[in-house]
Amino acid sequence: MKRSAAVLVSVLVLAACSSDTKSTTTSAPSTTATPSTSTASTSAESTTAGSAAASTDSVTLVAYDSFAVDPSAFDSFTASTGISVSIVTAGDAGTMLSKAALTAGNPEGDVMWGVDNTLLSRALASDVFQPYTSPELSSLAADATALVPGHEATPVDEGDVCINDDIGWFASHDLAVPTTLQDLTDPKYKDLLVVENPATSSPGLAFLLATIAEFGDRADGWQQYWKDLRANGVAVVDSWDIAYEEQFSGSSGKGPRPLVVSYGSSPPAEVIYGDPVPETAPTGVIESTCFHQVEFAGILRGTKHAESAGKLIDFLVSDDFQEQLPLALFVYPVREETSLPPEFVQWAVRPAEPLTVAPDDIEQHSEEWINTWTDLVIR
Amino acid sequence: MDRPRHQMISPRRGRRGVRSVNRLPGAIIAALAAPAVLLLAGFYAWPVVALVRRAVTADSVRTALHDRSLRDVLWFTTWQALLSTLLTLAVGLVPAWVLSRYEFLGRRWITALVTVPFVLPTVVVGAAFLALLPQSLDQSVAAILIAHVFFNVAVVVRGVGGLWEQLPGDLVAAARTLGASPIRAMREITLPLLAPAIAASASVVFLFTFTSFGVVRILGGPARPTIEVEIWQRATRFGQIGVAAVVSIAQLIVLGVAVLWFARIQARRRQAFGLRPLAERRRPRGVRQRSVVASTCAAIVVAICVPLGALVERSMRAGDGHSLTAWRAVFGDEQPTSRRPTSVSTLDPLGSLFTSLRFMVIATIISVVLGGCVSLAIAALGRSGRVLDTGVMLPLGTSAVTIGFGLVVAFSRSPIDWRAAPLMIPLGHALVATPFVVRVLLPTLRSIDPRQRDAAATLGAAPTRAWREIDLRVIRSPLLTGAGFAAAISLGEFGATTFLTRQGRATLPIAIEQLLGRPGTLLHAQGYVLATVLAVLTFAVISVVEVARGFRRA
Repeated sequence: MKRSAAVLVSVLVLAACSSDTKSTTTSAPSTTATPSTSTASTSAESTTAGSAAASTDSVTLVAYDSFAVDPSAFDSFTASTGISVSIVTAGDAGTMLSKAALTAGNPEGDVMWGVDNTLLSRALASDVFQPYTSPELSSLAADATALVPGHEATPVDEGDVCINDDIGWFASHDLAVPTTLQDLTDPKYKDLLVVENPATSSPGLAFLLATIAEFGDRADGWQQYWKDLRANGVAVVDSWDIAYEEQFSGSSGKGPRPLVVSYGSSPPAEVIYGDPVPETAPTGVIESTCFHQVEFAGILRGTKHAESAGKLIDFLVSDDFQEQLPLALFVYPVREETSLPPEFVQWAVRPAEPLTVAPDDIEQHSEEWINTWTDLVIR
Repeated sequence: MDRPRHQMISPRRGRRGVRSVNRLPGAIIAALAAPAVLLLAGFYAWPVVALVRRAVTADSVRTALHDRSLRDVLWFTTWQALLSTLLTLAVGLVPAWVLSRYEFLGRRWITALVTVPFVLPTVVVGAAFLALLPQSLDQSVAAILIAHVFFNVAVVVRGVGGLWEQLPGDLVAAARTLGASPIRAMREITLPLLAPAIAASASVVFLFTFTSFGVVRILGGPARPTIEVEIWQRATRFGQIGVAAVVSIAQLIVLGVAVLWFARIQARRRQAFGLRPLAERRRPRGVRQRSVVASTCAAIVVAICVPLGALVERSMRAGDGHSLTAWRAVFGDEQPTSRRPTSVSTLDPLGSLFTSLRFMVIATIISVVLGGCVSLAIAALGRSGRVLDTGVMLPLGTSAVTIGFGLVVAFSRSPIDWRAAPLMIPLGHALVATPFVVRVLLPTLRSIDPRQRDAAATLGAAPTRAWREIDLRVIRSPLLTGAGFAAAISLGEFGATTFLTRQGRATLPIAIEQLLGRPGTLLHAQGYVLATVLAVLTFAVISVVEVARGFRRA
């Protein structure tokens, strides 16, 4: 019975395909064609993606969706090289990398921005990049370039995931702000911390890695630490948005908890996008809790514009471009000489020796660590 | 018990009779089904197959099958979806009845209002819920269930109400005359007649709650992932796209079975009766009816306006007080300075409104045309239409991650390297919206008394003409409802859009997510401004549809 129905449907489809004069079948494409062309023309700048249509003097930069660098930042590059840049965004960094891995060798663009050190090994393993040695490398932070000895990708910015504190809350409760990870297990700080789930959130994963770097990959190391944190009432939510906006007391959401896993650069953002603009940053950063993040850009394997793509990489680490990054992405330039905006100098915290875990270890163990963590903390 | 009803209206025999006497020509049915089938084949089936071929290996199948935590996730997903569906039905039937059977001042506004939560991005409503729910419910199953009911009650109100308003009142009146109590009349006459629409709504709610993603992440917290969360996590966090695809297919199988089962109920319980294209609403009479109507409306207004009010409040938060800075920033009165940009530099909040509207128009046209045609084909095919029916529903039950990655794989080679084509977004929206148009239309189409066509044939009408005069006429009203739904779905769609969106082409939900995803009071407030705009826009679209339906009646 079912088979006969399926056959009937397919026969009907075939019949419809061969007899092309039915008004209903032709009306759908014709009504949709007009609006789509107008859509294309209004946003033509950003639609030249895909290497097929591009000529040699245009490159496409693939970036995560929060890549908030104004397109005009590339004007000087276009002026000096004659190469125009179009940007396509591709979901968050993890999604972007998975998409690139699926179509490795046949990339959506020429250069990809935004794979960080927690994703780097996966990117290299899935062979999405083709190596390129930028002449600018010697001007970049050495600890960052050391992560990619094969030059598959080039570091482009740095930052830190750190615990932020609500300065006003601690002042009004007459409590000292904790200064170490260990402090957080102190009953004084019971029920004050909210963290993100490392399985679903990249700052969450970074914070888990911070604790692994601090306490060691042993049962009595980070695992015991998290048991203690759990006993001390740590809250776990699924994403940074919820942690920062709904649970954290120092943001506009005015949540219940004064400690949150966020970024070392969140305080200047609170100043710049404050309403009204505050005199001093309302939030602080606990320096010893910071996990170091480095973001990379690389030439996508299979690009038809390798030479132009290399020039773009050079531009991305040039002083001209690097100095725009702090206010656009709230990250630090990876180029050592680039100067910082005053809000960063004043309010952002850049730990001298942040915690870190080698990218290969992250790739090898992250699933196992996350599963163990899940069993320990939320089951 | 059943016998009297069958003697009164005997659907099965009636339909068989129609088939032999007055059946729509096969070529026309094929032409009606073709556009939807082509869209499904090209933009759904093929991408999914392409992804499976590209990413699934024996290894990933083994991993997925042997993962015990996956089985726990599947179990949790299933029972919370079943419970959510039952609760949504329980909560939704009363407003469906009040809004479809009674005429009163402001009825259309309330109907439009009910639909708003359905299309609001989960990020936004989740935030409003978090602010309103007592702390004790935070991160609990109860919070998930409440939110699921809130989001999906519109499906029941609109889906069941659409058929209910056309039920002839004389059947119930006859039963009452014969001595049946109102409850008995409801149980033995009205509910059985409504069964197809109830099953149709239940299947949609089940699909939605089974594939729930945002609500679960925000309100359920990390301890309670659904399958959809698990798929996303594997594909984008661990890079296990193959495993994700296998899990996604397992999800699809469960949902396919569920949808087929619901479709069977719909077909079995279908009763042909004389539908009234003109709704038989009457004014509430007496204290009891009036108080039922008034209290239902009050409950709807409170349940929906309070969370929406929370959005408006948050759009005006500034420091410890309130201001309109964010509204001025969005609507362009606030001048940016180099130190203080008014928004994220790559985001044009107001532009996202127009982008959303443009995609909405395209997606609505596609889904109404396709959904309308394919519904007629499904109804005309009778029993074998069930396969087509299920096929149309499948995209709703497939994870956005799978479709998104599938499209990337399928459309990555020239000449069809369409990864960045703007039309992909409204096509994605149409894929999600078309099933709604079908669900709204089918119960009405199936309830057309075949004897009407027989009568038309007797009077000398050709099958095509009979069909035009009878079927087409009754579907105009549900078609408008379907159009409203499609427009609203396009406005609120998030999952598929994230995979297809491009810089400078952000829709409202994407822009909201971007604004809420950064620190800074001003940006958060702007996110809530856009959320408020989205809510108002949805309300406006649905109101326009309601008014249009009203005009036809007048």
